[in-house]
Amino acid sequence: MGGLEQWSWTLDGWIIVAGMLCAAATALLGNFLVLRKMSMLGDAITHAVLPGLAAAFLISDSRSSLPMFIGAVIAGILTALFTEWIRGFGKVDEGASMGVVFTSLFALGLVMIVQAADRVDLDPGCVLYGAIELTPADTVLVAGWEIPRVVVVLSIVFVINLLFVILFLKELKLSSFDPALATTTGFNATLIHYALMTLVAITAVASFEAVGNILVVAMFVVPPAAAYMLTDRLGVMLILSVLLAMLSAIIGHISAITVPYWFNFQSTSTAGMMAVSAGLLFVIAALFGPRHGVVIVFLRRQLLAWQILADDIVALMYRIEERDPELRPDALYLRDILFSRPLPTSLTLGYLVRHSQLVHANGTYTLTDTGRDRARQLVRSHRLWEHYLVEHAGMSAETIHRQAEQLEHFTDRELRDRLNADTLDTDQDPHGRPIPPEEHTP
Amino acid sequence: MSRGARILLLLMLLLPGPALLAAEGKTVHKQQSITDRSIEWPAWEDWKRVFLMQDYNTRIVILGTTLLGMSAGMIGSFALLRKRALMGDALSHATLPGIAIAFIIASTLGLNGKSLPILLTGAAISGLLGIAGILLIRNLTRLKEDAALGIVLSVFFGAGIALLSIVQQMQTGHAAGLESFIYGKTASMVASDAWLIGGAGLSCVLIALLLYKELTLLCFDEGFADSRGFPVILLDTILMGLVVVVTIIGLQAVGLILMISLLVIPPAAARFWTEKMFWLTFVAVVLGALSGMIGSGMSAIFPNLPSGAMIVLVATTMFLFSMIFGVPRGILVRKYRRYELNTKVNRQHLLRGLYEYLETHQQLPIDVTENVQPVSLSALEQMRSWSLPALKKIIRRAQDERLVTQLSDNRIQLTLSGLKEAARVVHEHRLWELYLITYAEVASSKVDQDADAIEHVLEPEVIAELEVLLVRQSTEGILQSPHAIDLQQPPVTPTVREAT
Repeated sequence: MGGLEQWSWTLDGWIIVAGMLCAAATALLGNFLVLRKMSMLGDAITHAVLPGLAAAFLISDSRSSLPMFIGAVIAGILTALFTEWIRGFGKVDEGASMGVVFTSLFALGLVMIVQAADRVDLDPGCVLYGAIELTPADTVLVAGWEIPRVVVVLSIVFVINLLFVILFLKELKLSSFDPALATTTGFNATLIHYALMTLVAITAVASFEAVGNILVVAMFVVPPAAAYMLTDRLGVMLILSVLLAMLSAIIGHISAITVPYWFNFQSTSTAGMMAVSAGLLFVIAALFGPRHGVVIVFLRRQLLAWQILADDIVALMYRIEERDPELRPDALYLRDILFSRPLPTSLTLGYLVRHSQLVHANGTYTLTDTGRDRARQLVRSHRLWEHYLVEHAGMSAETIHRQAEQLEHFTDRELRDRLNADTLDTDQDPHGRPIPPEEHTP
Repeated sequence: MSRGARILLLLMLLLPGPALLAAEGKTVHKQQSITDRSIEWPAWEDWKRVFLMQDYNTRIVILGTTLLGMSAGMIGSFALLRKRALMGDALSHATLPGIAIAFIIASTLGLNGKSLPILLTGAAISGLLGIAGILLIRNLTRLKEDAALGIVLSVFFGAGIALLSIVQQMQTGHAAGLESFIYGKTASMVASDAWLIGGAGLSCVLIALLLYKELTLLCFDEGFADSRGFPVILLDTILMGLVVVVTIIGLQAVGLILMISLLVIPPAAARFWTEKMFWLTFVAVVLGALSGMIGSGMSAIFPNLPSGAMIVLVATTMFLFSMIFGVPRGILVRKYRRYELNTKVNRQHLLRGLYEYLETHQQLPIDVTENVQPVSLSALEQMRSWSLPALKKIIRRAQDERLVTQLSDNRIQLTLSGLKEAARVVHEHRLWELYLITYAEVASSKVDQDADAIEHVLEPEVIAELEVLLVRQSTEGILQSPHAIDLQQPPVTPTVREAT
């Protein structure tokens, strides 16, 4: 682990602390941006603050931090305002209006900077794109401790954001999910919106002044998106997103100083690697999330598909028995009727045999008593549904089969009884076939 | 010191085009004082030179940016309608790691890392990976488009910055120049760049024209296109591929952010001028071309104005102009239409109020030959929740149109033409009420408000249809009200929303 030999708590420790604070502060607000489908706002703001910086410089004639900070925050808020304005009055969609606003402001900033640069060497890079690696270099004394200025600033921002989220959690939640309802229940969703936008602007400016803009853009979206893959509850999502953000800051810095050594390079950009780590954590969450993960969803669908195939097979066997008790179908015959592929069919047949719903002999299959019970219930569901669809949904007898085919797999005993009651205990389906009884009567 | 910081600094200081004037060879004699940041008014000679494009470099730059504006306008129109306006933003960031990796691999193999085809290949591959990432996130997870864009943008960009930091350490790596490739150099555009932009841009436009019908369908009704057997995913990929190509050629010409604006702003501006897809693309192409032309022209005339940024600001100006003055979707037109509608609604309310008052007081002659009975202002005021000044204004306007006469004792009298118009309005109102009661099963006590909300925007054809649909109680005359008319309790007047 090459890079770790040069590990120093005073340097690397502070870098990680700064990264974690920035990540946590941004991720906290990012949750609401993701939920409000405004994920690109962080990116837009970091680009659009340029005219604010230039204007602050031209007005105050100095490069001190405070006017620059105020100018940038104002420009950031204006970005949100203009975006909303163009979207509302101009009826342009959110993404486009954001694109129009931030690129225009950026261009305006460029023109202003060129004008300003003629006079004094204005170096927007050092204000705009601070590097997280330089964190420990600039310290202030706090209660006798030498603490990096960046850490102090980011701590304040984090605490403000945390207080805002805790105090207004209910309002934020309601106005994120249902702004109209929020307004009718008596508080101003617009006000909450702009408060959030202001904090987003402040957080973005404070963070990228300290640690660079890549981290800000990444942390606004990626950890909240990962948390969103893991939970359905807003509170849990907030906590998870902050934890994931901090974790990616830690992993990011460690990998920035170790990974390049494996290829005989020296350490690389910490902010960049923090973004990459967040990305990796997101991929893991997106793949293996317990309810919405891609893998889980895929497996759930596969299982359902197999269960339906098993249903279809036994039901088909039942119908074959019904028509011609002597016919002994083989796998090929079943597949021809069900249009199923070979592998899933043979696997499902094997499964049914093992669970003694089918008996396999000489390449042909017959239903066992348990299999026949299951099949009878399915066929009963199917034919009851057909009856119901004709009687109550006004569908014609030719079109109901497919619909009933879909519904039969999700019909339990209780629903069957209700269907039966609705169809007045008839014992024939619309095609004239008998509806099998619920219990087996020998 | 992070590489990113430097690149982004370069982006800001290099991108604008002092080099344009260097290219024109006129910096030398015009040394400006450091304290002077005024924009000097150029001499007539300079205007002429730019306007007539006498200078070779000016010609190249203007031609290149114009072509770029055209192709971006075309492709951007589809992207905008597909709600992919910010796709270019995400993609241009996503090309970064590809460029760095291409450079690293090429240098390790002993090739020239800065050769354009190698870097472009790298950019295209990682751009496509970015697209794949966006599509996967959007289609497989419950996250929406915006989050997919944000994730891909920031993670790829982070990876790119980390890789560029490594490129910087390479022995062979004189990576200088890499960033100008990434972040553009409008001003120093040479003929071959213009040809590249022109060639690639025109091919994109050509592909878009060939697939015009399919892409339009994709933008407006994806589901329908899918059901019609169009290869939706393939078309989507082609569209995004076109965005990638335009973005990459634009990156080199005007830089990252400014390229996005060329994809977004002209189509968004064109949207205010038309409802038709063809005209949308046409106007977007024209606006894009004009932005490129005027922007780089201005930068050529005023050497202190960076060309890339000027192109965008010209486009922004056009956007704002379109947003305000655009017909039929600009703000002014919509405001005017709303005003017109409100006036019409108010007039109809006044006439209906007068008519119903007369009707309930049995002062209405069925066969009108003499003057109609006047109605007092206070009686009218009670019928609706209108304020006195507003009511007076409405009456004044109706008087101008000779629908009513205002008598000296605060009473209002319908003129004969006013009575005719009032009868028509009341009749239509009741037709609609009857329709709601018969077909929409609205309770007759509630039907007044519901009819009120819609009757003002009914077309004559709809009225005719209603007449036929509701078998008329009597063949002539005005319908009876299906509910009791309460003159004391003013019904709630629904605010009229914008007609769209």
